[in-house]
Amino acid sequence: MMATTIYVPCDTTARSLGADAVAARLTRAAERLGVDIQLKRNGSRGLFWLEPLVEVETATGRVAYGPVAPTDVDALVDAGLFEGRQEHDLALGDIEAHPYLARQQRLTFSRIGLTDPLSLEDYTARQGFAGLKQALALTPQGIVDEVKTSGLRGRGGAAFPTGIKWQTVHDTPAAQKYIVCNADEGDSGTFADRLVMECDPFMLIEGMTIAGLAVGATQGYIYLRSEYPLAQAMLDEAIVRAEAAGYLGDNILDSGHAFHLEVRLGAGAYICGEETSLLESLEGKRGLVRAKPPLPAIEGLFGQPTVVNNVLSLAAVPLFSTRAARPTPTTAWASPAAPWRCSWPATSPVAGWSSWPSAPPCAS
Amino acid sequence: MSHPTPQPADTALAAQLQAVIDQHAARPGAMLPLLHAIQAQHGYIPDAAVPMIAEALRHTRAEVHGIISFYHHFRTHPPGRHVIQVCRAEACQAVGARALEAHVKSALGVDYHETTADREFTLEPVYCLGNCACGPSLRVDDEIHGRMDAAGFDRLTAQLSATVVEVK
Ligand SMILES: Cc1cc2nc3c(=O)[nH]c(=O)nc-3n(C[C@H](O)[C@H](O)[C@H](O)COP(=O)(O)O)c2cc1C
Ligand code: FES
Repeated sequence: MMATTIYVPCDTTARSLGADAVAARLTRAAERLGVDIQLKRNGSRGLFWLEPLVEVETATGRVAYGPVAPTDVDALVDAGLFEGRQEHDLALGDIEAHPYLARQQRLTFSRIGLTDPLSLEDYTARQGFAGLKQALALTPQGIVDEVKTSGLRGRGGAAFPTGIKWQTVHDTPAAQKYIVCNADEGDSGTFADRLVMECDPFMLIEGMTIAGLAVGATQGYIYLRSEYPLAQAMLDEAIVRAEAAGYLGDNILDSGHAFHLEVRLGAGAYICGEETSLLESLEGKRGLVRAKPPLPAIEGLFGQPTVVNNVLSLAAVPLFSTRAARPTPTTAWASPAAPWRCSWPATSPVAGWSSWPSAPPCAS
Repeated sequence: MSHPTPQPADTALAAQLQAVIDQHAARPGAMLPLLHAIQAQHGYIPDAAVPMIAEALRHTRAEVHGIISFYHHFRTHPPGRHVIQVCRAEACQAVGARALEAHVKSALGVDYHETTADREFTLEPVYCLGNCACGPSLRVDDEIHGRMDAAGFDRLTAQLSATVVEVK
């Protein structure tokens, strides 16, 4: 008989509510009953009031239970959780039919909650690295053009067109250029960057690599706030795995192109979310704001041309960098007429989720 | 307090610090990775590290001091066995972080940036742990705890105090 797959989320919030203890108790219960289970730690689907949200794979799809406290596990198992039975009060059925999920169109978050964040197999089975492969077939200008046409705008607050920023870096000659990911996410209530980094880190890696190919940068840094220890661990491990599989390094997928990536930790200074103080900090100085001009795109990290983009901007790149991969434009990504769709700062009560192309709660 | 001539412990500390410095000094923008590595090893940035970092990265001591003091994350005094950070940012305040903070301070008998007399816990403020949907949030070392209240905090500290002291 095949092992039953059980999903227990592993992001910060699920863990902050006891997901690790839930996972341990499920394993013990399975041993006690002699049931063969495969425990999979997925990302969070973002229904935090239902975390820890346990899901069981059945012949007819996944069955969800939540919120599951460690002390609920034995009763749930007695009520048939391993078989996907739904008699227990915490049974929720197919979570994708939940109104909160059913009315969303998830693009950047399409994999989040479904996959093991550190599984390259899961990632590639759901379009992972398809954007990178398509980008490798284009010229650098071709990639910049695609990002421009897609209309992708920066998710870090100012909604600046990403393709235009990249064009400046592309056009500025230099021996060394950089891609810097702004993962300082300092504002209370905005944790969408955290979810991407913890729940789908390969997507950010892929986006940054494509950015490197587009502008001719061979080194990337993710400037991550020190308040996110789990995101750091996930990113570090994902980078190691991506390197081992040839998605990062001196010769990406045998293309002859190089891209190296490193996580650098901030140190509890809110101002370092501002891009020029972030660059000062990366250079090892106090995070004091620089005068502009020069733009970071012309004189950025160590005085070299540098793309500074938010996590969500870079994570969206694999979806938007090639026409083949791009979803048909909805109202959201491109339109300056939809300024509320910036992710920072989030004003929605379910913070961090205000940016998705579904009825935005803050739109007037 | 006067400082006597260096003791063997100081020599050992200097050797440890030098090893970390040598490991990181050549990296581009080495300062923050280096300070993080020292704090990871010692729990704080010992005074003795300052001239050594200054020398390795070609800064003045004053510059190194200036950088350490700019970033709230870096400590200049040894912390207790566990560092407890209470989130004071808006989303957590909206769901009771102030009451939790008051309880934590009185339960531990310390204010922020202080360590309990038994050197078990150091208390620090933090501004958002990205766990805003399920606050009040609290970080103990590298673990984050959600929906924390007074009773939950008391259970947590009881568990932490009960664990065997690791001898370093
Ligand atoms: C005080 C201040 C704090 C900021 N904090 C952040 C932040 O936490 N994350 C972020 O991506 N951008 C932040 N920004 C915006 C950045 O300066 C920059 O515009 C952004 O990272 C560019 O990325 P994008 O083009 O992808 O949006 C902040 C700006 C200011 C002035
Ligand atoms: S405001 Fe406390 S975790 Fe974000």
